[in-house]
Amino acid sequence: MIAKIFLFILWFLVWIFLSWPINTGDVIMAALVSLFVCYMINDLLFSNGETGRSKQTGLIDGIRRLAWFLYYVVVFVWECVKANFDVAYRVIHPDMPIRPGSIKVKTGLKSDIGLTFLASSITLTPGTTTIDIDKEKGIIYVHLIHLKNDYDPSSMRLAIVEKFEKILRRVFE
Amino acid sequence: MNEIIGTIFIVIGLIFDFLGCLGLIRLPDVYNRLLASAKCVTLGTCGILFGLFLFKGFTATGFKALLCLLFILLTAPVSAHALARSSYLSGVKPWQGTVADEYKDEKR
Amino acid sequence: MGRRTRWFIGMVAVVTLIGLIIFYPITSMLGWQSVFLRRAFLWLFMAAFLCLFRVLRGPTAPDRAVAIDMLGILIVGFCAILSIPTGRDWYIDIGIAWALQSFIGIMALAKYLEGKDFDE
Repeated sequence: MIAKIFLFILWFLVWIFLSWPINTGDVIMAALVSLFVCYMINDLLFSNGETGRSKQTGLIDGIRRLAWFLYYVVVFVWECVKANFDVAYRVIHPDMPIRPGSIKVKTGLKSDIGLTFLASSITLTPGTTTIDIDKEKGIIYVHLIHLKNDYDPSSMRLAIVEKFEKILRRVFE
Repeated sequence: MNEIIGTIFIVIGLIFDFLGCLGLIRLPDVYNRLLASAKCVTLGTCGILFGLFLFKGFTATGFKALLCLLFILLTAPVSAHALARSSYLSGVKPWQGTVADEYKDEKR
Repeated sequence: MGRRTRWFIGMVAVVTLIGLIIFYPITSMLGWQSVFLRRAFLWLFMAAFLCLFRVLRGPTAPDRAVAIDMLGILIVGFCAILSIPTGRDWYIDIGIAWALQSFIGIMALAKYLEGKDFDE
């Protein structure tokens, strides 16, 4: 129920900001549309994966998740800026020091939204892109622009993925 | 003061936009091009939109710029992911300097 | 022609273009912001032409799809910059609509390249 109310307020604010010089008609329209969208989309966004039912969360738990999410945003922005300088260096350099390859990485996340955030943050961080996710086996296929020389293919782990996974588990699981 | 900081953000965004497009030209195969340009162009456009927000302040246009930034940050990785997967499945060969190709081993 | 030579020629061309864009005299009555933003506009034009070159040249269809995706995100930047010197705030609305449209178009294109049906 808390998730539904939260989503309703979110869609309502988005609609209000998109049509900013507002009058009464706009507010009524925003309420109607966001009620409808909430009714349609809620189970898609916060479902658990196995059961298909939305999760019950208390207020204290919600605040803790929000704090971890803010920490995730800070880490994400820093990694994103680092990634851009890395790619810029590789593009400008005359010899193009790239050594591409695609590898398998194990993950422990189960929920849909957690996996989506993990894949998106892998795509925007240093030298990696997600290609595909195998949800049953818990494997992410990652394409790297510079594979390290001493990488061991049987270990199936990557430092940057583990860093994000540790935070995202606290937020979404 | 806000306008000067906004100008700095716009300049950073323009530089990264240009470098992303240069990567689109220089890198050897479609996966590396996708990797470089998805990162650089997304951060560059986000920088430009944040600069616009600093120019306009807390007005309607500023909030719309922030919404647009959030939207691009959420959708650009998803479309990059979809394009990478579809180009693997449609059979584009990786560059010959590729050292490991475990996704292909898994699928065929 | 060696790799280094080609890199050097490309570097000279890019630096020349950047110098032209930065130092070419543009006069304006509206103060320094308008002049600066006009130069920013030329800079984005250069990036968009690089994308168009990849659309024209790309050996396979996914290359062209990637270039079109990047062009779509660049145009949002165009709309954002255009709304500052002209003072017309509705350009950012065009940018938001363009971002939505481009995302849906790229997803449809990816599904088409994958060679599957649309009902997944």
